[in-house]
Amino acid sequence: MGRPHVRRYFGRKLLIYGLTFVVAVTVNWMIPRFMPGDPVASMLARARVSQPAAVEAMRTYYTNLFGFDQPIWQQYLNFWGALFQGDFGISIWVFPTPVADVILAAVPYTLALMIPSVLLSYWVGNRFGAFAARRKLLDNTVLPVGYILTATPYMWLAVILAWGLGVVAGWFPVAGGYSFSLQPSWSWEFFLDLLHHWILPFLSLFLVALGGWAIGMRNMIIYELESDYSNYLSALGAPSRLIRRYAYRNAILPQITGLALQLGVLVAGALVTEIVFSYPGLGSLILKAIQNQDFFLLQGTFMFIVIGVLVANFLIDIVYVLIDPRTRTGMAGAQA
Amino acid sequence: MSLRVNDLRVHYRTLKGEVKALDGVSFTMADGEILGLAGESGCGKTTLGKSLIRMDGRMRHAGGTVELDGRNLPVGDDRAMNAFRFHEVSLIPQYSMSAMNPTRRIGKMIGELLRSRGVTLDTAELHHRIDLVGLPREVLSRYPIELSGGMKQRMVMVISTLLDPSLLIADEITSALDVSTQKAVVKAMLGFRDNGFVKSMIFITHDLALTSNLADTVMIMYAGKLAEKAPADKVVKAPRHPYTQLLINSLPEIGVRYDQRKLAGIPGSPPSLLNPPKGCRFRDRCPIAGGECAEEPPVAEIEPDHFVACWKA
Ligand SMILES: Nc1ncnc2c1ncn2[C@@H]1O[C@H](COP(=O)(O)OP(=O)(O)O)[C@@H](O)[C@H]1O
Ligand code: SF4
Ligand SMILES: [Mg+2]
Repeated sequence: MGRPHVRRYFGRKLLIYGLTFVVAVTVNWMIPRFMPGDPVASMLARARVSQPAAVEAMRTYYTNLFGFDQPIWQQYLNFWGALFQGDFGISIWVFPTPVADVILAAVPYTLALMIPSVLLSYWVGNRFGAFAARRKLLDNTVLPVGYILTATPYMWLAVILAWGLGVVAGWFPVAGGYSFSLQPSWSWEFFLDLLHHWILPFLSLFLVALGGWAIGMRNMIIYELESDYSNYLSALGAPSRLIRRYAYRNAILPQITGLALQLGVLVAGALVTEIVFSYPGLGSLILKAIQNQDFFLLQGTFMFIVIGVLVANFLIDIVYVLIDPRTRTGMAGAQA
Repeated sequence: MSLRVNDLRVHYRTLKGEVKALDGVSFTMADGEILGLAGESGCGKTTLGKSLIRMDGRMRHAGGTVELDGRNLPVGDDRAMNAFRFHEVSLIPQYSMSAMNPTRRIGKMIGELLRSRGVTLDTAELHHRIDLVGLPREVLSRYPIELSGGMKQRMVMVISTLLDPSLLIADEITSALDVSTQKAVVKAMLGFRDNGFVKSMIFITHDLALTSNLADTVMIMYAGKLAEKAPADKVVKAPRHPYTQLLINSLPEIGVRYDQRKLAGIPGSPPSLLNPPKGCRFRDRCPIAGGECAEEPPVAEIEPDHFVACWKA
């Protein structure tokens, strides 16, 4: 029962993700080629100043890479081929390190910020919003605080936290992923240092997202508590414990969709926050790439982020189908 | 007497003031009686039904008492009422199509509901009743969305009556259904009464023709008050209140299609219940209104079991 619906649902989703991916890659491929001027020449001109020794190697490499002597469709296919081998080119900023290696070194920092802050803010925000709904005192405090938090741009909160808890109170370092005096190692000392540097960027991401989830959940719960099934249960004398449990479960479904929709915003927030705290993740990498006009690094990082967001969206879709019986039984699948 | 309602007043709190949706209604119901409650939309039928089981946040118990099986029913006290809900008074709501939690399998929801009321589920009895209303037993492992409208309606009927309540309130439960499904529902309701699943029943509808098929007694309301109450055939064949007479006359002849029935109506509209006019509330629509109607007519028992609120009845 319901299986064909589920397959069709995922088929359609996969198609959409696939198309998005192809478009993103194509745009990424087009930009340097259709940019006015000669990107290779201008990249080399800039590199000549900072790394004169590397210029010749870079020219050979990039000319080969772009393959300007080949027909344009061949160039396009080559680009895809390179992509599937994880080949994003060579970085100019840290020539001759492959862009993929530079990105992979930064990814753990970004994930370490994103995953806990997104999951925790989602979980705590939903719990808290649900609990506050229809409880006068809490509601009157949660609501304004929540609105203030969500309305705060990520950068502001990051700056405020860095200034207040970092500069003024001196409790936390305000820059970097770990102290310059330490070498990365598998030691307890290094781990604590990492944690110490992680807290402020994590907190600013966590707090801004928290407000949004709490408000969304509070509103959803109130809507569910006013719905017909809640009224019916109340009329039959069911305790509010049961009614709230049902309401929570039904309210969490739109919140999951909200999570998928918010993902882009959350990623952007994380990138900005990393820049504020000079946290060595993808956000700082983008800044470095722009400052050093490292086109391939920028291209690779964007590619990576696009892939990451698509994968995360797909995971959320799967979770949604797993917990909403209406998609499983196929009725809602028709509109999805 | 199973139910005794005495001068019940229930108001809605609104920004403009209190809407006196139920303005002093008194009636009694015998054991086993099915009372058809009819009247134009807005006359207070739903308000009366809700008052007997659960008032919503905007409703206020402004006066009067209700007695069920000799015990006072604390209609104005939401907490105290809880002991009576489901066990003694139950409801088949107007919104049966959406009354079941969409994300729970029906059987699981029933189990959780019963457990929350401290009752253990008698699966055999549940199956028996599902058979009685003509549903397949596997509906219990379905989600509400997988059922048709008529199936949901019958499922809610089974759930609401599972604890054999003394009084069942059925609010417009046939309005959303086609004519043949309506007949099936009416038949099932009679079966519930005859099997003793419910002792007495208030069947609310704006469809007088349907009421008279099912009900023993019919009560007509107008603008928050009782207009006429009598045995069903009396109401149909010998109505005494001018409003009832107009309602009966506006019923179609046999064979007229349902959608044409709505076209025939009584000219004019009921008064606002925010500031109801003095005197008989039907006065400005009544074809035989006279001078005495400036004063409010009391409910009088003009013959045994036949109550009318009209000076000229
Ligand atoms: N929530 C409410 N707030 C204010 N007035 C209401 C509310 N619900 C119903 N009323 C008013 O109470 C009167 C009776 O309504 P109701 O009991 O729903 O009538 P019926 O069920 O007979 O159609 C109507 O005049 C209606 O406008
Ligand atoms: S009391 Fe007067 S106005 Fe009211 S219904 Fe009777 S005749 Fe008409
Ligand atoms: Mg109604």
